[in-house]
Order: sequence, then C-alpha cells, then structure tokens
Amino acid sequence: MKNSRQDRIMSVLFYLFTACFAAACLYPFWLVLSSSATAEVTLLRDGYRLFPEQYSLAAYKAIFSSSTIPDAYLITIFITVAGTALSLLVTSMAAYALSGRRLRFAPHISLFFYFTMLFSGGMVSSYILITKYLHLGNSIWVYILPALLSPWNMFLMRNFFNDIPKELFESAKLEGAGEVVILRSIVLPLSLPALATIGLFYALGYWSSWMPAMLYIDDTKLFSLQYIIMQIIRNVDMAQNIAVAGAQSTAQIAPAYTVRLATAIVTVGPIIFLYPFLQRYFVGGLKVGAIKG
Amino acid sequence: MSRKIKSAGLRDLIYNRYLYALAVPAVLFSIIFAYLPMIGVSIAFMDFNPLKGIFGSEWIGLDNFSFFFRGQAWIQITLNTVLYNISFIVTGTLMSLTLAIMLTELGRNWLVRTMQSLMILPNFISWPIIGLFSVAFFTADTGVINSLLVKLGWETIAFYTDPEVWPPILVLMNLWKTAGFGAIVYMAAIVGIDKELYEAARIDGASRLSCIFRITLPLLRSTVVLLFLLSMGNIFGGNLDMIYSLVGDNTFLFRTTDTIDTYVFRALRTSGSMGMTQAIALYQSVVGFVLVIVANKVASRLDKDSALF
Repeated sequence: MKNSRQDRIMSVLFYLFTACFAAACLYPFWLVLSSSATAEVTLLRDGYRLFPEQYSLAAYKAIFSSSTIPDAYLITIFITVAGTALSLLVTSMAAYALSGRRLRFAPHISLFFYFTMLFSGGMVSSYILITKYLHLGNSIWVYILPALLSPWNMFLMRNFFNDIPKELFESAKLEGAGEVVILRSIVLPLSLPALATIGLFYALGYWSSWMPAMLYIDDTKLFSLQYIIMQIIRNVDMAQNIAVAGAQSTAQIAPAYTVRLATAIVTVGPIIFLYPFLQRYFVGGLKVGAIKG
Repeated sequence: MSRKIKSAGLRDLIYNRYLYALAVPAVLFSIIFAYLPMIGVSIAFMDFNPLKGIFGSEWIGLDNFSFFFRGQAWIQITLNTVLYNISFIVTGTLMSLTLAIMLTELGRNWLVRTMQSLMILPNFISWPIIGLFSVAFFTADTGVINSLLVKLGWETIAFYTDPEVWPPILVLMNLWKTAGFGAIVYMAAIVGIDKELYEAARIDGASRLSCIFRITLPLLRSTVVLLFLLSMGNIFGGNLDMIYSLVGDNTFLFRTTDTIDTYVFRALRTSGSMGMTQAIALYQSVVGFVLVIVANKVASRLDKDSALF
C-alpha cells in the first residue's frame, strides 16, 4: 500500500511539473496572438493582455493589403517547398548509399561528411565564395543551395535505413531491380517516420532562414519573412510603413504596434499547423546513433 | 567481367557503381559549400583585398592573429561563448531528461499528449519571431514584465541597457525553446528499453523512483554522452541566430552578450578587414575541432559505446 501512495504522489508531482512547463511554453504565444488581435488603442492603453477588452483585426487587414508581407510569404513558401524537396532527395540518396555497410568506402565517405560537422571554413570564406565566385548574390537560390545538405540529417536517415531488413532489397536486386528503383519503391515507403521528421527539420530550417537575406540580398522583392521580422525588430518605421500602406483610411491610427505582433503570428505560419500531425513520427524517426554505426 | 581486376577497392567501385553514384550529389554539395570555404581559411594569413581575390592578395603571416589576440575583446567573447554553451548544454540536458522521464512515467493519455505538443511548440518558432515576442516582454515601460513589476511596487528593469540581466534570460529562453523537443530524443531512447526489466524490478519490490534511478538513467547514459559530445563540437560556435535575434547590435549589452559568432558576423558586415575576421573564425574552428577530438577520446575511454568515431 505504501508503494502505491508514493506512486500517486509522484504522479501528481510529475503532472504539476510538466503542466507548468507546458503552460510556460504556451503563454507567450497566446499573449502575442491575443494582443495582435487587439484594437491598437486598447493595446496602447491596457498593455498586453491574455484576454483583451476590444478585439480588432485591423492589423491583419493592414498586413494583407500592403504587399510587403504577402510577397515575402510567397518567397518563403518557395524556399521551403523547393528546398525541402531537394534536400530530402539528396539526403536520402546519400543515406541509402551509405546504409547497411554495403560499400567498401562507406566509412571513408561517412568521415568525409562528418568532418564538415567538425570543422568549417567560417562565415567569411563562405561569403566570399558565394558572392565572388558562385555569384549567388541577389538570387533566391542563395537561401537553398548552401543549406541543401545537413550531414546530421543524413546520418539520422542512414541510421534509420540501417534498420530496414537487408533481405527486403536483396531479393529485389536478384530480380533485377536497380538501386534507384529499390530506394524509391521499397526503402522510402518504409521510412515515412524518418522522412517526416527530417523533412520537417529541413522545412523548419528553410522557413526560419534570414541570414542569407541579410548578407546576400538587396532586392526587397526577394526578402524572406524572417528577414522582414528582423527589420521590424530593429526598425520601428518598418511596421509603421506596413501599417500605413495597409490602413483602410487615413483617418484611423495606423496600427503599428499590433502590426508588429500580427506579422510575428503570420510568420509562425503553416509549420505550427503541420507539426501536430507529424509529431507521432518523431519518436520513431529520431534514431540518434553514432556516426560510425 | 572478362579481365580480372586486381584492386579490391576498384572492384567495389565498379560493382556498386550505381550505389556510389547516389552519393555523388551530396558529396558535390559538401565539396562546394563546406570544403571550398576551407581553402578560404588562407585569407586569415592575408591582407585580403576583395578586388584582387584569394589568389592575388598579399600574404602577411600571423599579423591578423596578433592584432586580434593583442586586444581585450577575444578574452571576453571567448568566455561568453563557452559559458553560454556550457550552461545551455547542462541545463538543457537536465531539463530534457527530467521532462522525458516524467512524461513516460505518466503514460499516454490525452493530457500528456497535449502537454507534449505544447512543450515542443517553441521549437517550431524561429528566433527572429521569438525576438519580436520578447520585445513585448522586455520593453521599458509597456512590457509585460515591467508592468508586473510596477504593479507589485518593485523597481523596473532596463532590459535593453542592463547587461547583467541577459545571461539568465538567455539560459531560460534557450530552455524554453529547446528542452521540450530535446525530451523527445530521450523519450525515443526510453521507448527502446526492455519493458521486462521494469516488470522484474517491480516484482522484486523496487519502487518507481528506484526504477528510474537504477534502470532508466543508467540505460540512457550512452545517449546522454553521445548528445553531449555532439554539442561539445559546437561549444565554440553557435547561438548567432538566437543572440542576434534577441539583442542585435546593441552595444550596451556587448559585455555579456557578445560571442565569437556575433563578433564575426558584425565584423563581416561592418569592418574593412576580411583577413582579420577570418582569423577569428579560424581560431574558433580550430579550438572547436580540438575540443571534439578530446571529448571523443575521453568518452571512448569511459565507455566504448559512447564514442562518436
């Protein structure tokens, strides 16, 4: 009996602790969400409230009537979709080649990739390479190409492929199927958890990308959403401009403060709707193993 | 094959040519975007002139390094970088482990699943957005925290001019963003533990708490060590995304918030000397590299399964 009482106390404590942490994770998000949907005057008067007195969608209307955010949205969606697709393709091909210890040089190739995780040439030489030799400045591909392959994700995927029974593709090979066919029709369909998890990692990386815009892009039409956010943080006029450009009439106050918050909410974007559906794959997809494996 | 090929390596290359071909695109991308910049490391030893390029600039030996190490800045940014990373790794690991163990102990029900979804929510919010959120909390008079302090009759905090408050803030924000997702990695490892171990222990009268300390934690050791090692490689880098999004180029806060990465990033955008900036970046890469190798040596001595390579 003593044991079960101790168990119950433990459960209560565990619930308390995890619930507090979960609430802390939700709180800022909720606060910004509700504040962004507050009337500008109310926000200026009452400050940030979880449940504001007067709701208003003026900020969201302003955002979508000026062109800055919608343009950046299209750019960001392109980067995320094209980038994730290309990354998954290149990553899964390499991961498949290195899986199952079939290649004599697999350890060497692994080390080749692993070394790039340990040692980097640094920001300066990448900058010179990209601007001076590859001429990727002011190109949308500068968001995608340098980030295309993450060795860490490649190793995660290879570890997952390693666990697929070899017999499955060896018999297909005996029947004359090529490696590409085996990868596409046997290995990938069996690896949905890994593809979902790693695809989400890549998508998140591309969606959050702002540094390329800051370093390599001058053309405002090619700015990503996150870079717009960066500018809004550093520069109050930016939100003011969006608010004024999108305001319904000149008589109203331009909703500059709520526009800042609404931009943040809009930028969090589709990812937030995506991850609860992919979540069930995470535990299966995250096989952290040694590089040597 | 009519002719016998002598070298086993060459034979493997030919026999598995399609498999090797699949790795080629990834290898090419690594060469272009990871290995070519390593050649650029040589800029650190040059009086680099962008017009003349890497092959036309003048070699000046170690001048770039001696300039950097003669100043005071390097001590501070190195200390900041290392201390932040160590506190992130230690607090993050402890919190993630705690959450993972608690969540698995609680079992699967809708409440636990909801809490878990909420915990990983911050992981999907980028640092720039968090930076914008944080303004709502830290602004001088209208911010959430200062409004609360005023209501309580306490003194307000000037977040954007007071460097002292940032170390705890950054540690907490890092926990907030990463601990929930980190827990999933450990949960994946806990799922792999044989359930019979727990059943046997329970029959022998072990309490839940001693199951955690005698079974779960020891079996998680190699995962913890592995993840720790992986983060060791980054102990000299990282956090640019976070720190730049939260404090930007705020000179008031440099004393506690300037790290090697933010220093290099700022120098790249503002200073004239690419050679000097590259020298700092090289210092960062080399020390980071040595640390990983040492950490791996230590780990393989302690526990063979934990070593990375």
